[in-house]
Amino acid sequence: MRFALAAVLTSCALALVGCEKKTSAPPPAPGGGPAAAPSSGGTPGIAGDTILIGEVGSLTGSEATFGISTRNGIELALREINAAGGVKGKKVDVRVYDDQSKPEEAANAATRLINQDQVLLILGEVASTNSIAMANKAQPAKVPMISNASTNPKVTEIGDYIFRVCFIDPFQGYVMAKFAHENLKFNRVAVLKDLASDYSQGLADVFKRKFTEMGGKVVGEETYAKGSTDFRSQLTAIKRLQPEGIYIPGYYTDIGVIARQARELGVNAKLMGGDGWDSAKLFELGGSAVEGNYFSNHYSPDDPNPRIQKFIADYKAAFGSVPDALAALGYDAAKVAADAMNRAPSLDRGAIRNAIAATRNFPGVTGTITLDEKRNATKPAVVLEVGKGKTRYVATIAP
Amino acid sequence: MISDFAQHLINGVAAGTIYALVALGYTMVYGVLKLINFAHGDVMMVGTFLGYGVAQRLGPERQSTLWGVLLVFLAAMLGCAVLGFLIERFAYRPLRDKPRLTALITAIGISFTLSYGFQLDFGPLPGAAPRAFPEIIIPAEWLVIGDRAVVIWNWQVISLAIAIALMLMLQGLVYRTRFGRAMRAVSFDHRTAALMGIPVDRIIALTFMLGSALAAGAGILYAIKDTAIQPLMGLYVGLKAFVAAVIGGIGNVPGAVVGGLLLGLVEEFVVGYSSSSWRDAVAFGFLILVLLVRPGGLFGRVAAEKV
Repeated sequence: MRFALAAVLTSCALALVGCEKKTSAPPPAPGGGPAAAPSSGGTPGIAGDTILIGEVGSLTGSEATFGISTRNGIELALREINAAGGVKGKKVDVRVYDDQSKPEEAANAATRLINQDQVLLILGEVASTNSIAMANKAQPAKVPMISNASTNPKVTEIGDYIFRVCFIDPFQGYVMAKFAHENLKFNRVAVLKDLASDYSQGLADVFKRKFTEMGGKVVGEETYAKGSTDFRSQLTAIKRLQPEGIYIPGYYTDIGVIARQARELGVNAKLMGGDGWDSAKLFELGGSAVEGNYFSNHYSPDDPNPRIQKFIADYKAAFGSVPDALAALGYDAAKVAADAMNRAPSLDRGAIRNAIAATRNFPGVTGTITLDEKRNATKPAVVLEVGKGKTRYVATIAP
Repeated sequence: MISDFAQHLINGVAAGTIYALVALGYTMVYGVLKLINFAHGDVMMVGTFLGYGVAQRLGPERQSTLWGVLLVFLAAMLGCAVLGFLIERFAYRPLRDKPRLTALITAIGISFTLSYGFQLDFGPLPGAAPRAFPEIIIPAEWLVIGDRAVVIWNWQVISLAIAIALMLMLQGLVYRTRFGRAMRAVSFDHRTAALMGIPVDRIIALTFMLGSALAAGAGILYAIKDTAIQPLMGLYVGLKAFVAAVIGGIGNVPGAVVGGLLLGLVEEFVVGYSSSSWRDAVAFGFLILVLLVRPGGLFGRVAAEKV
C-alpha cells in the first residue's frame, strides 16, 4: 500500500515536471495516423489539406502572460486565416509547446517541433534568451522561424532562416533615451537592469550610450537577479545619487514590485522602461505606484487606425480583454507567415524563407512591416504613460 | 551618509527576518530527520497562496482588520500544517529506512510538484501569472527621520514583531515542553528514543507540521513585504533560507535565526556599498567562508560520524 501511494505520488511529480500544454492538437489525418507523422516522401508540415506550423511560448513560468497573450494573438490570426479559406486552400493548424519561460525548454520544444512534428515553420518566442535557444535549433535544420517579440539583435544574427516582426533593442533603447532627453528634459538618469537577461542588458547598454551621446549623464547603474522580489538595496543606493529618472528595462513581473518599493523608499525619480512592461498585470502588481511612469512599446490600443480598432474589437470578443502588444505581435507574426506562405511558389521551407524575407509594407496592427536585409522589422515605436488601469499614448518616435 | 546606512540596515533586517523564519523550518526538519526538505520553500509558496485566497474571500473591508489579518495567518498556517503532514506521511515516511539520497531526491520531486503543479489552471487559486498580494496591513509611516531620508513603515515593525514572536514560541516549544524534549530526543537518536517509549512517527509528523506552519507564516510576511506572489517564488527564497540555515549551523534553532539575519544584512550591504552584481556571489562566498572556518556552521557542532 505504501509503495502504491509512493508510486502514485512520484508519477504525479514526473508527469507535472514534464508537463506541456497542447492547446491545439492536430486533427487526425484520414489515414488514421497523427497528422504530424512524417508522411513518406511528402513535404514536411503538409498533411493532406492541413499545413502544420509550430509555436513555442511561455505559457507557464515567470513570464506566463507573454506566452498566453502571444498564444491568443496567433489563435485569432489563424481563425481569421482559416475562415477566409486558409493558405492555398489548406487549413493552417498550429502545434503549441510550453517552454515554462526557460531557454533549455524552448530549445527542446523547437527540436521536437522540427524532428518529431515536422512543422513547416516555427513562431515564437517573446523573451530573447528563449528565442536564441530556439533559433540555434531552427537554423541548422533550415526551418523558418519568426519571433514575434524578441528585440535582442542576436536573435536574427543566428542565421538567414530567423526573422522577427518587431523592432530591435538598439532602436528601443534609442527611443527612450531620446524621449527622456528631449521630451522629459532629463539630464541625470540611473539604470537598473536584470543581470541575466539578454533583453535587459541590450536595452540598458544602448540607452546608456545614446543618452550620453545626447549630452545627458548616467549617474549610476545597478542590477538585480531574476526571481528576486526585494529591490530595496538597489533603490536605496540609487536614491543617494538623486537621478531625475531611472531606466529599468525589465519585465512587468519585476516592474510593479520595483515601483512600489521605490515609492516606499521615497524615490521621486520617474521610472522608464521598454516593451517588457506591457501587460495588464502591471497595474495589479504596481498599483498606484506605477502610475505616471513611461515605457516604449510596439503599438498603442488608443490608435484610431480602423485596422487596429477592428483587431482590438475582435480580440475582445474572443478573449475578453484588451490585447497587449505581445498579442498584437503574435497576431502579426502569424499573418506575416500566412502572407509569405501564400506568396511562396511552393510550400517548402526554402521557398517560404525567401517569401518571408521579401515581406515589404505588410499592413500589420503593430505598424507597416518591412523586413530589412538583417531580417528585422523597421517601424516606429510609441511611448506610453502608465495610468490608472490603462496606458495613455504620449509620443511616436520614428527610426 | 548615516541615513543611507540606516536605510540599508532596515532593509537588511527586513529581508533577513524572512530568511530566518524559513530557515527555521529547514533546520527543524534536518534536526529530527537529517533530511534537507527541499520542498520547504514551496510549502511557503502554498501558504502565501492560501493567505491570498482567504484575504480575497474576506474582501478589502475585512481583510485589513485585526481579526482579518489573524484569520489570514491562521488559515495559511493551518493549511500548510496539513500539507506538511501529508508530505511527511506519504512521501518521506515510506522512505525513512532507505538511503538518505532517496529521500533527498523525493524532496526535490515534491518541490517541483508543488511549484509547477501550482501553475496549472485548476480551482480558484493556482495559475502561472504573478499576482499582487492584498494589503492586509494598510501601509502607513511609523517613523520618518529627516526629510524622508529614512522611513520605517508600520508593516515593517509589525512583521518584525510577528517574526520575533514566532521564533520565541518555537524556542519555548523546543526547550520547555514535553513535545520539545521528545523532539530533541528523536533528533539525538530516533531508535533509542523509540525504545524509551517516544512515539517517533508522531513526533516527526508534528515537527513537519510545525515547520510547515512556520513557513506559511514566513510566506505571509514575505508577501506583505514584497507584494508580488507567484508559484516559483519558493525556489528562490527556499535556496536563500537554506544557505542561511547552513551558515547558522543546520539543525540549530538560534543558528537559523542568526544565519538568516546575517545573510540579509550581508546581501544588503554588498549592494549598498559595492555593486549589486556581486550580491549573490558574495552571499554564497560568505557561506563558503563560514564553512571553511567552522564546518558545522556558526552554531553547529561537528560530531564524529557514528560507525
